[in-house]
Amino acid sequence: MQRVPSYISRSVAGSYDNEAVAIFALIFTFYLYIKTLNTGSLFYATLNAISYFYMVCSWGGYTFIINLIPMHVLLCIVTGRYSSRLYIAYAPLVVLGTLLASLVPVVGFNAVMTSEHFASFLVFIIIHVVALVYYIKGILSPKMFKVAVTFVVSIGLVVCGAALAVLIALVASSPTKGWSGRSLSLLDPTYASKYIPIIASVSEHQPPTWPSYFMDINVLAFLVPAGIIACFLPLSDASSFVILYIVTSVYFSGVMVRLMLVLAPAACIMSGIALSAAFDVFTRSIKFQLPGATENFERDAGETSSNSVVAQNDVAKTEKNEDAVKERPSKKNRKKEKENVEKPSVKSQIKKKLLILPLEASIIAIFLLVLLGAFYVVHCVWAAAEAYSAPSIVLTSHSHDGLHVFDDFREAYAWLSHNTEVDDKVASWWDYGYQTTAMANRTVIVDNNTWNNTHIATVGTAMSSPEKAAWEIFNSLDVKYVLVVFGGLVGYPSDDINKFLWMVRIGGGVFPHIKEPDYLRDGQYRIDSQATPTMLNCLMYKLSYYRFVETDGKAFDRVRRTEIGKKYFKLTHFEEVFTTHHWMVRIYKLKPLKNRIRGRAKKSKSKASSTTSTKRIGMKKKNPWH
Amino acid sequence: MGFRFDLLLFVITLLSVPVLSDLFLSKIDRRIDLTTQAVGITATLKVENAGSDLVSEVLLAFPDDQAKHLAYLTATNNEGKGKAKSSSVSFPVDVVRPKGMPPSLTFYSVSLPKGLGKGDSLTLDVLAVFAHALQPFPERISQADIQLVVFYETAHYLSPYAVKVQSLSVKLPDARIESFSKIENTKIHGSEIKYGPYENLPPFSYSPIAVHFEANQPFAIAQQLIREIEISHWGNVQVTEHYNLVHEGAQSKGEFSRLDYQARPHVRGASAIRHLVAKLPPRAHSIYYRDEIGNISTSKLWGDPKKTELVIEPRYPMFGGWRTAFTIGYGLPLQDFLFHLEGKRCLNISFGSPINELVVDTLIVKVVLPEGSTDISVSAPFPVKQGQETKFSHLDVVGRPVIVLEKTNVVPEHNQHFQVYYKFSSLSMFREPLMLISGFFFLFVACIIYMHADLSISKSSPSYLAKLQWDEVQAGVQQVRNIFDRCLTAHDKLEASLRDLSRTGDVQACKASWKAVDNLLKDLSKDLKPLLVSLQSSPQAAQILPKVEELIAKERELQEKLMVKHSTVVDSYEKKLSGREIENRVALQQQKITALRQEVDDLLDFIDEI
Repeated sequence: MQRVPSYISRSVAGSYDNEAVAIFALIFTFYLYIKTLNTGSLFYATLNAISYFYMVCSWGGYTFIINLIPMHVLLCIVTGRYSSRLYIAYAPLVVLGTLLASLVPVVGFNAVMTSEHFASFLVFIIIHVVALVYYIKGILSPKMFKVAVTFVVSIGLVVCGAALAVLIALVASSPTKGWSGRSLSLLDPTYASKYIPIIASVSEHQPPTWPSYFMDINVLAFLVPAGIIACFLPLSDASSFVILYIVTSVYFSGVMVRLMLVLAPAACIMSGIALSAAFDVFTRSIKFQLPGATENFERDAGETSSNSVVAQNDVAKTEKNEDAVKERPSKKNRKKEKENVEKPSVKSQIKKKLLILPLEASIIAIFLLVLLGAFYVVHCVWAAAEAYSAPSIVLTSHSHDGLHVFDDFREAYAWLSHNTEVDDKVASWWDYGYQTTAMANRTVIVDNNTWNNTHIATVGTAMSSPEKAAWEIFNSLDVKYVLVVFGGLVGYPSDDINKFLWMVRIGGGVFPHIKEPDYLRDGQYRIDSQATPTMLNCLMYKLSYYRFVETDGKAFDRVRRTEIGKKYFKLTHFEEVFTTHHWMVRIYKLKPLKNRIRGRAKKSKSKASSTTSTKRIGMKKKNPWH
Repeated sequence: MGFRFDLLLFVITLLSVPVLSDLFLSKIDRRIDLTTQAVGITATLKVENAGSDLVSEVLLAFPDDQAKHLAYLTATNNEGKGKAKSSSVSFPVDVVRPKGMPPSLTFYSVSLPKGLGKGDSLTLDVLAVFAHALQPFPERISQADIQLVVFYETAHYLSPYAVKVQSLSVKLPDARIESFSKIENTKIHGSEIKYGPYENLPPFSYSPIAVHFEANQPFAIAQQLIREIEISHWGNVQVTEHYNLVHEGAQSKGEFSRLDYQARPHVRGASAIRHLVAKLPPRAHSIYYRDEIGNISTSKLWGDPKKTELVIEPRYPMFGGWRTAFTIGYGLPLQDFLFHLEGKRCLNISFGSPINELVVDTLIVKVVLPEGSTDISVSAPFPVKQGQETKFSHLDVVGRPVIVLEKTNVVPEHNQHFQVYYKFSSLSMFREPLMLISGFFFLFVACIIYMHADLSISKSSPSYLAKLQWDEVQAGVQQVRNIFDRCLTAHDKLEASLRDLSRTGDVQACKASWKAVDNLLKDLSKDLKPLLVSLQSSPQAAQILPKVEELIAKERELQEKLMVKHSTVVDSYEKKLSGREIENRVALQQQKITALRQEVDDLLDFIDEI
């Protein structure tokens, strides 16, 4: 699984992320859950809760666990698969897990308050009811039991109905129905774009495209259906869980690119099951035929008679094998699993006559499967090297005279870190917050983990305001430097001008005087001569294109493939202090206000208001001259 | 200009000081090189002794504010007219505070080992290098301005001795000269200004001059440079240099426009530091150039057998006042720098920075010797502050001894070799690998011991006893299994003997083998009995026992059947019956035997599963 590109996309050195850790925790939690389900050991249940805690610490995606496991439990109960093992697997996880999760500061009381966790408690209640029912069933005679059931059901329904009504009333009273925005956007893919622009603005939160599916999971995409079939053959608790896992993760990955990450291990497990089942069949038929050549002649007669017994044995053994298979894929080690599956099957293979394929066909099939796996490895390495290993901070391009490196981001961050004061604050769009903090060692206004929507909106507003208003906003935030990313000179597409509409939307969401239509000409976002005056006068436009026209005389933007609308302008409240080699990062400094202008402005203002204050100010102004 | 005014006052005070020695300087030639930021003043002094006493020291005087920038000072004996520098001997130079001298002067005394007798004369070459002697003026310039610097000196040589004839020439870079002090006998030749000759000047005569000129060479100053030289006796000297660089020319003010810089780089941003050239020793390898946020991709490297040249560009062009920090590192072959000397090892490596024309404010050289080095001593060609510390690296026990040498105001002239002597036993080299090997060895030994040791806490706990019993049962079942295997092989032998019989017709041999097998089987059944008893006694075996018993019964039956078959076959052979008849007779038995054999195999497999 280490090779699956969608996982690599998160774990390469350039963009190391806590998801890399979280996926391990996720899979480990699932593994322990299934282990508990199979063994019914309280020890593993405790471990499970602890690994769930680990998951909560590492990633917000823990809600996936806390919803998936109750779903599975519910499924088991509905299909009549309730057992004490299921209870042991589930109850300690909910109790211990919730307690531990609420220890994590970010989660805190959310662990019991929000709707994401509601499902787990509901199922927790249900499983207790079911456990009680089974217990009573065990101690009472069938007749008494029937009476008891009617009694309990009638009372239970009333109580449950009341409880549900209260809960629904509570939940409905909160505006988002207790769901956080991200979760809602998962359930309703169109939710985010309607209500919360900040979530929709992240490219990771967009739905993925088909090529990206193919790029990321490749061969696995074809093996997964096979794996699902293999899981259904003997449907056990564990295999139903795996099926549930793959189904939900496919859905989630369809909603957000980022959750391809969750799909990756699921796809690996499924295709691992598929492969192992395939290998099982093929190796079995080979094993049967190879030693059979010498010994079988003597025994053929006797064997036909005992075949019926053997067939029964077979069923028992395959079930065992399947169980083994289910546990191991969770360890993410497909290869090991193959070996392990082969081993137990070796002994009983000799007699297995069912599902036998011709020797040549099975050898060829195994060869092809190995080839498939090998090609997949090649593809993964290629994808890792080409698509994901390039760190987003250092860009490269191949030109006729070799590799060209665009190291502009680090150039700018190094400049900031060495040539500004230690306590200077830098404002930029939040995408660059972490980078600025880490590489330039300067305080930023918003970063990638800013939870306060208003903060981000303030910066967005400043960027979309005219220069003077922006200066005032930044000055009130004690900002010294403003950093913008501009790709127009070299054609770097993910620059601030392309992200600008999001700034307008997010800013407009909090400060209503920023209106998106002001920046659009007939619903189109453009920066050429047709652009609206609001657009051409906003800070982002000015900072990006300041003196850009002097580079080629026409001011041709290579990203937007157009000439810019307003070419010659001067900055009055900002000054350019640094621009990197390829103009990708431009840093501006807020100019201090000039005394003379300030005095004049105040005078005119105070004249309008009251006379007493004019006098006082006038006195103050005059004093230095006396 | 307060500076110059001070000097004038100070000159007036100087003139009143009496001469203390009978020496006088008959001829002085001074050449000042202002083309680089480290100002070098070469003075050729002809010293004569007019008194009767033997004089063993010559005093050199510098004003205090010049002396604090003095980075490097040597006095060599210039013998003969030719410039044969190999024959020159350098004299020891020390700071002295002679009595009765004016307070704002710093004196350096050149000791003459032979002394200067009456009427003798001596020619001294004095090289003094000053860092920070060029002052930018104006101090703040915009990107478009050129950088101007001013340099102050005295046209008359400042000396406690009377001077007969002297001259001064100032070499400037090939650029505009803004202004220079014009006093008597001033001439200008292109980029060279000549003052003098001046004759018969009293001691401490002083005539301040200033030269104001365009200097666009970058003023790269390393405020701190830490060079770490780590010796590995496995064949590598690793040098790591941490630079803290600042451009100390005129401060940049106002905007920095990349556009102007890119469009007219030599006009807008002429004084910026674009690149630095480091001359590394030959055969340097594994060279890297990075800073705290990763590799810096703008560097070039050339190598030839004589030197390795590394051209590094900072991440951004450095304007006046801008700073940066970076690290370069390289490995050098050990045999080029480490030698054996009289039982000691001697590291001979250059002291200063390999970067051209770099002035270092504080240079700290750390020599990390291998762990276990003793008798460490350092010899440096100039005074340095010495210290010692220890550094812990991988697998170190007591730490590696580190020699710390610290020097301020380092100019390129300090790029001389210094030596570190130490004793180190070659055997200590193997200590760390051995530590690793033994560590892993003991780990595995511990694993082996753990696997073989019985670590259960209580020997009487029920689970432990159950486990013991279960082990016993398993061992017993295993033995049973072995016995059955042998039984089955005995059966096979019987069958084989029958086949032999049908081929050869040798009844006696067949009978013999039957007897042998019979005995063997009896022995085996005897062996089986105690095992069975022990299995019966243990409660854990309850579930296996019926199977085992069944197995035994079946096997008995099989055995009997085989015996019967065998005896019938042998009998019929003795009766010389035809092959077909024998087969007919045996056929039924054969069928039963196969069936039984099948059952036994199944049972055995079942037991194996347990």
